[in-house]
Amino acid sequence: MKSLISSPYTHGSSSLQQVMMQVVFALIPAIGVYFALFGWGILTNIVLSIIFCLGFETIIMWLRRRPIKSALFDGSALVTAILLAITIPPLSPWWIIFIGSLAAIVFAKQLYGGLGFNPFNPAMVGFVVLLISFPKEMTQWLAPIGAEGNGMGLLHSLQIVFGSTGIDALSGATPLDVIKTGIRMGETINTIIAGNPTFGQLSGSGWEWINLAILIGGIWMLWRKTIRWQVPVAMLGSLAAIASLFYLIDPEHYASPLFHLFGGGAFLGAFFIATDPVSGATSTKGRIIFGIGAGLLTYIIRSWGGFPDGIAFSILLMNMAAPMIDYYTQPKVFGQKG
Amino acid sequence: MNKINRKLWKYHGGLHLEEHKSISTGQQSALLPLPKRLTIPMQQHIGEAAHPIVDVGDKVLKGEMIAEASGKVSAPIHAPTSGTIVEIAALPVPHPSELNVLTIVLESDGQDQWCERYPIENYRHASSEQLRERIHDAGIVGLGGAGFPSYIKLNPGQHFAIETLILNGAECEPYITCDDQLMRERPEAILNGARIMRHALHAKRCIIAIEDNKPDAFSALNNALSQSGQNDIELVMVPTLYPTGGERQLIKVLTGKEPPSQGRTLDIGIICHNVATAAAVADAIIDGTPLISRIVTITGEAISTPQNIIAPVGAPIEELLDFAGRESGVNTQLIMGGPMMGVSLSNTNLPIVKTSNCFLLQPAEPTKPESPCIRCGECARVCPAELLPQQLYWHSRAKEFEKVQEYNLFDCIECGCCSWVCPSNIPLVHYYRFAKTEVWAQEREKEGANIARRRHEFRLERQEKVEREKAERMRKKKAMLKDKEGAKDDTAKKAAIQAAMDRAKAKREANQVDSTISASDSQPKSEL
Repeated sequence: MKSLISSPYTHGSSSLQQVMMQVVFALIPAIGVYFALFGWGILTNIVLSIIFCLGFETIIMWLRRRPIKSALFDGSALVTAILLAITIPPLSPWWIIFIGSLAAIVFAKQLYGGLGFNPFNPAMVGFVVLLISFPKEMTQWLAPIGAEGNGMGLLHSLQIVFGSTGIDALSGATPLDVIKTGIRMGETINTIIAGNPTFGQLSGSGWEWINLAILIGGIWMLWRKTIRWQVPVAMLGSLAAIASLFYLIDPEHYASPLFHLFGGGAFLGAFFIATDPVSGATSTKGRIIFGIGAGLLTYIIRSWGGFPDGIAFSILLMNMAAPMIDYYTQPKVFGQKG
Repeated sequence: MNKINRKLWKYHGGLHLEEHKSISTGQQSALLPLPKRLTIPMQQHIGEAAHPIVDVGDKVLKGEMIAEASGKVSAPIHAPTSGTIVEIAALPVPHPSELNVLTIVLESDGQDQWCERYPIENYRHASSEQLRERIHDAGIVGLGGAGFPSYIKLNPGQHFAIETLILNGAECEPYITCDDQLMRERPEAILNGARIMRHALHAKRCIIAIEDNKPDAFSALNNALSQSGQNDIELVMVPTLYPTGGERQLIKVLTGKEPPSQGRTLDIGIICHNVATAAAVADAIIDGTPLISRIVTITGEAISTPQNIIAPVGAPIEELLDFAGRESGVNTQLIMGGPMMGVSLSNTNLPIVKTSNCFLLQPAEPTKPESPCIRCGECARVCPAELLPQQLYWHSRAKEFEKVQEYNLFDCIECGCCSWVCPSNIPLVHYYRFAKTEVWAQEREKEGANIARRRHEFRLERQEKVEREKAERMRKKKAMLKDKEGAKDDTAKKAAIQAAMDRAKAKREANQVDSTISASDSQPKSEL
């Protein structure tokens, strides 16, 4: 019988599904902390996002006459859904998540040919589309811990998500947002931080815990070899390096490197987004360049750009450069080094 | 005593695979009961098929040559036992294409009676040419799997000084243990073969490399080396890693040098032979025995007693499988070679050939479906040739064969590491094989087209030449005609001129007379 076409007739244990599920597992600590801080809002985000993303995946695969089951179970749409959900403010209305999922799965992923063919990270495309189109909704983060929203029940949360109650009274800005606005108003970093309960030990109060949880998940993925070290190390390293440089020159107007690492989406970007192999560079050297580029662009956008955080934009910009980076960083073939 | 702590190098990539080797090394190699019928294909090596020199009905003795080499890259074939030639016909061979190849069928007479053999008394007194000739005549080909005629690899030519002869005893592929078993059972033959080859090559040194998962083989060789009282061969344990048994990878591990891409190991002064080839060389020179049998590993989850079997070339695979015992009631898949680089055979009624090192009988497993490539880069991380397998895959799939070659398709050794790690379960090597055959086909086509083009151009040129010559001839002929005519004209002209001149002269003379007359007439007048 010819069940296998040609050698090798044996295969290692790794599978696409396994890789994707490891990414999902690595996000669990962060989701736990989110839940503790923001309550049901994060879970409604995730559930809605999964429903919409898998729904869109199914519809498009059906329209493309491709096998639906294998696409749904490879886990890639699930990863996109969860990553998108945790970048959207908790308790966001359902249609925000619907549009984000549409942009991520239909436009960024399937219209380019589905898994493996998308030049841009789908979750980041979804996030950026929302950020640009609905800046008000996308910057309305709940004030974590101690704020009134914390004790909100599931029912109340659902009422907010599906539009019968507003949340204006409960919302606040992210730490990076506060810093950016403060600097624009001519304040110094110290006065901004001193006068605002948003800030905690390392960065924003609460945010530092979420980022710590993401860091733990990232390190677990490194240990499991789900991801390789090059991208996260290069990205966080370059971000810390350039932040240190400006912090040393002018600590009044530039936040500390620690704040840059723990303040925004640096860990999420470095471990979970920039390591997306489909849209990133693949060679070892290429991945280091990709990471450095993403780190530097993040700092530039945060410090001098129009948006408080630059992770999504910097990764999407580096996604564009990935094919060229790969082309110029090809390793020398065995026997051609001499 | 020869276990020197020698510096070893690492090559890029490679895999730690489950070995599955111990299941077949529990017992001594068994001798296969002599089969009644041996089907002996004429193509058991790389190069031209051998040419039969016997006819149906001929009686042959064991070891007698039954087919001669045809051309330089070819090997003769010998009768594995005594008996009668009963058929010479195109029959299926163990090859993935399952094409038929000209085959001699020998019916054994059960006597197993040897022909006259001519050993070389002392190889040290023999010249390289003599040794090579004998190795060629014994039909020895690379027994590691490739089957390249060995005598060619013992003839580096005058321009290459051979620094190192490496005997490859790495045997890195899972399940296969025939070399391991041979090293344990016949270490002297391997050492003697090594010495003969070294003598033929004038190599400065000789290394036998063994993966460190074969300590018994190592100590057997080590003991034999001590007993021989010579310390002329270096035994080296190399770390177990797939595919260290690849010639290029092994050279890198032992010397730190990389044979040039698409070049030969000869270019860096190294020649590599398999340990089993060395033993065959020793048999050919010291005993005068041609290559007519080999050790074959019969193993796998569907074999009751996995083991190594000494079997004559041409023995049916089926008899070897039955000898080791098949698990009943399982749907099985037969693989010739190892699980990483072997070929799948759909028929057990095929003969074993000189290069058959292992037959693996596994329960058939359904193939896992192929998912899209997510460019994770694991394939590049494990590739021992340092290629970019996913780029190769991408371009092979798109049938961009020029691009595939730019990404060094032909440096791929088809070890299968990339396919093994691929989380999307893409049969990458299959795509590369496809691309290689396509490129070869295109080249042949191009070559064919080139020949046609050259032929056409030659024809045009010839036609042109004929035309030109014709025109030339015409021109010459015309010119000649013209010349003749011209010549005629000339004489006429000359004649006319002459005539005119004559006439003029005559006139002049006449005038003169006239004038004389008139002068005479007038003179008196003037004097008047």
